[in-house]
This record gives sequence, C-alpha cells and structure tokens, in this order.
Amino acid sequence: MIYKLRLYITPRTANSQRAISNLDALCQEDLPVRLEVEVIDVTEQPAMAERDKILATPTLVRYTPAPVRKIIGDLSDRERVLASLDLQPVTVGRRQRA
Amino acid sequence: MNDWPKTPTGISGFDTIAYGGVPKGRSTVVAGTPGSGKTLFAMQFLASGIRDFSEPGVCVTFEERPEDLMRNVDSFGWGLDQLVAERRLAFVDCTPDAGEPRDEIGSYDLSALLARIENAVSDVKATRLAADAIVTLLARFRDSAVVRSELHRIHDGLRRIGVTSLITMERTDDDAGIGRLGVEEFVADNVLLLRNRLELERRRRTIEILKFRGTNHRKGEHPFTIDPEDGVTVIPMSSMEPSEARGTTRVSSGVAQLDEMCGGGLFTDSIILVSGATGTGKTLLATHFVDAAVAANERVLLIASEESRDQLIRNARSWNVDYESAEQRGLLKIMARYPEVMGIEDHHLQLRKTIEAFRPTRVAIDSVSAFERAATPALFREFVIAITSFIKQQGITGFLTSTTALMTGRQSMTESHFSTITDTVILLRYVELYGEVRRGLAVLKVRGSAHQREIREYIIDNNGMHVRNPFRNVHGIITGTPSYVFGDEKTRLGDMFDN
Repeated sequence: MIYKLRLYITPRTANSQRAISNLDALCQEDLPVRLEVEVIDVTEQPAMAERDKILATPTLVRYTPAPVRKIIGDLSDRERVLASLDLQPVTVGRRQRA
Repeated sequence: MNDWPKTPTGISGFDTIAYGGVPKGRSTVVAGTPGSGKTLFAMQFLASGIRDFSEPGVCVTFEERPEDLMRNVDSFGWGLDQLVAERRLAFVDCTPDAGEPRDEIGSYDLSALLARIENAVSDVKATRLAADAIVTLLARFRDSAVVRSELHRIHDGLRRIGVTSLITMERTDDDAGIGRLGVEEFVADNVLLLRNRLELERRRRTIEILKFRGTNHRKGEHPFTIDPEDGVTVIPMSSMEPSEARGTTRVSSGVAQLDEMCGGGLFTDSIILVSGATGTGKTLLATHFVDAAVAANERVLLIASEESRDQLIRNARSWNVDYESAEQRGLLKIMARYPEVMGIEDHHLQLRKTIEAFRPTRVAIDSVSAFERAATPALFREFVIAITSFIKQQGITGFLTSTTALMTGRQSMTESHFSTITDTVILLRYVELYGEVRRGLAVLKVRGSAHQREIREYIIDNNGMHVRNPFRNVHGIITGTPSYVFGDEKTRLGDMFDN
C-alpha cells in the first residue's frame, strides 16, 4: 500500500527543517506501507498551497488513502504522527525525538 | 498636517466624510456587530475599485466561502464571478474545511497564508485587498500566541506589499471598546466603526471613522443605508452646508399677487418655506407652485408626505389642476410617501435618486415637517439641511411646506430649524378678527430681494388662492395676539380693507 503525502514547508525556517527531518526519519522506518512524500515550498508554489487551502507551515497532507487528512506542525511527536496517519509501526525501533 | 494619501473606496458618500478615502497602502479595520454591513462594505470596496478605478483586488476570506460571499452580494449586480474569470479579482479561501480531519503536532507558523496572499496579489496585480473575519483564525489554531504573532506579521506583510486593505472585525456590542477586537496591531492605525442600532423602533445604521493615522477625516457618526442597487451608501449629512442663492432668475409661485409680494417671483435656486397650521392652504399653495411649473413647461417633482397619490390628484382637480395629464406629459412626478414607512436616511436617499433620475427644475415637498415623525430632532435637522442643500446645488427651486402646531401665532421648532437655510419664508396664519376666523399671508423674508412687508388677507375658493388687501388697523397677527387700533366702528369697517 502506498501513502501519498505532501509536505508544505517554508524554506529556511526551523519548524519546516524539523518537519523534514522528522518525516525523513519516519520514512526510514520499517512501516507497513510505503510513504511517497512530495515536499512543496509554499513560497515557490503558492498556487498549490491555494488549492490545498494551506495556512500553516509545515503542514503534512495525506491524500491516499482517503479521507484527506492534514497534520499541522513540525511532526515532533512520532507516536502521534503515526496515529494520525493511521499507521502502526511493525517494529518499535529507535525512538527518535526532535 | 502632512496628509497621507487616500484611496477612494467608491462607496457613495464615504469618500466625502473620509476626505478622499481610506489611507492608501495601509490597512483599515472595519469593525461592527453581526449584520452591521462590514463584509458588504469591504466587498463593495473591492468591486468599486475594479469597476470605477481599474484597481484589481484580492479578497481573503476566513469564514464564508468565496461562493457564499459572491452569492450574498449577487443582487448588487457587481458580477464578481465574471471579475474572477477576468483575473481582476482573486479569492484566497481560508475558510475551514468542514469535516476534514486535522491534527496539530509540534510547532508551526502561518507563512503559507502570507505566501498565498502575496501570490494572489501579484497574480491579479491587486492594489486593494479585503480580509474578512481574520480574527476567526485565533479560534482555529490551538496555539493562539503563534496566531497572534503571525497576524502581526501579516499586518506588516500587507504594508510591505503596499496594498490598501480593509480588515473586517466583529464586535459583540455597538458600544464596546475596540481594544477587545483581539488583534491590536490592526486596530492601531485606522478604524471604521459600523453600527446598527434600534432607534425610534427602527434600525439605524451609522458609520464612524474612529481614527485615521496621519490624515484627516470628518468626526462623528454618519448615517448610511444599504441600497438595493448601490449597496452601502453613506449620507454625509453634516457635510452639506447651506449655500446662498445665487440666481437672479425668477419663476412664478403660481399666485400672481404672491409673486408681487416677493418682489417679482421666486428665485430659481432658492428654498421657499411655507409655514402654517393645518387648513391654512399650504397644500393648495404647493399645488399652485406645481401648476405654474407645468404651465412654464418645466419638470416638477412633488413629494407628498401627508396624503396619498389619489388624494393629491383629487385635491388638485378640485382646484382645476390636472396632475394626471401633467404626469403623462412627463412634466410632473408625484412621490407620495408616508414618513413612517422607512428611516429618514432612506427617504433622503430615495429623494436624491429620484431627483437625479427625473431632473426636475422645481421640487415641492408637502410637508417637510411630517418627516419629523421618522427621526430624532438632530437627525431631522440634518435631513432638512441635506435635502435643501442638495436641491440648491442642483439649481432647483425648492418649495417646502411646514405644518405649525399652533393654529395662530408663533413659529414652531421646525421653523427655527429651517430659518437659516431657507431663502424665502411665507407665513400662512389664521387671524381672528372681531369673532371671525380669516386668513393672513406674510412674506417674512426674500433673500437677495426686496419684498412687501404687509400681512395680506387671502381667501380660498374653487379656483384656488386669492391674495387680497393688507390688514389695516391690526397688529400682532404673527405673534398670535392681534390687537386693534380703534377709531370708531364706522372708520374701522371702512378702512379695514382699504382699496
């Protein structure tokens, strides 16, 4: 199963940098699904942010599986991110906290 | 004061009280209770900007979806969807997604919002922006401290982009302080307050410019209405200063002897006030005035506030004046309106619009005093000043009647309201003489002309009003306590109507 995600960020901000590394770490994990992440810079592609009605950065949007779900923030709480995405990790590996 | 440049809103009347518009390149808060018209005000600012000033606009909406906003103002015919299609208007839709799951995990900021606003502004090359209900953001994010500091950033951002913006904010109470609006930085510079109060059992809308930083504006509350065609229309009442009659052209009042008493007729751009108790013949005199205009082939507007259209036509016919044929010839327009049917602001507006559309050279208002019933004394006074100055500015002859409460004698409050703004004052009075009630007419003043000073008797018959000779040997008629200079009875009878 593939999760299609989009991460809206503002470059050179601490929140966005953290979100990228937190999501990156998540992708490295042994998850039951494959995460496909597209990172969008809102200052470069504001029209996309408009379509997705993004107000805050960072915002992670899950498109599939439906329903569309948004997670706002730097994703610093791994468990909550997983729960929010309806994902339970197969192995509880290295705990990584930002 | 070094005056900050303004951007005209195009909202009728507002730019007058704001001395040109809202501060250019800055944001102005439009605060009001629900239903006070603030969103409409902001949308109209955008629509008018595009239509009248070729300035594209951006609408950032936080509460109502763009399609709802557009539908709400659809009746004004601004064609917003068309403007969006032509890329002269853009929406930034920041309304919450109903039912879309959302979580907050960790820290964030609202840079995406500012990026979207900037994108929309550059997309349509906007110089105007409206942000509706931005404060609702505070409730949508858990971290209100972040939202607050972000709003601050947006405020600075708008200033940097250089758009002239209106930011609507909701107040819970018409009289609450503005400190509680929630976003202090927006409130710091320029604030408009829209109020919607219940006064004399009627909704009364007002707008007040609370402050404009670094630039002037008119103080106080100004009434406005929401016109079905023109939207928000501010009535800059106090702005209208009565002006002196300038004309030298005279027209007939319809009563030859009265023209003579006024020194040869009524000046064209002057205001004539006819004051008298009920039954003294004010409506008749107005009918003569209308008839004279029609006879001179001029357009005349008759505004009746005490009688219905049918009654007016019947009355006129009884004096051999045919209103209906005058209407058919396009020379007469009758507007019969009881004052109670709407607020005085609306009366004012309708009157102006009718005058602008019909373009009469003469206007009769019978009676102007009836409008007192639809307003507070202060508002009524403003109404009268506004109407009369408007009539004069258009170079129209204005013929106003006013009903005095007293059957004989003194001026009413209404007249003292009017005295300074009228150019000619004609009094119609009952005169009690030796146990008989008769009628007397006096011309109190004619600005810019000599006039006769006697009090003359007049009679009314099937052909209308006939002014006769001056009363002799009587004084005190105007004050209501006539006294007689006695000779013997014979002399009195002989001299009273001296031919």
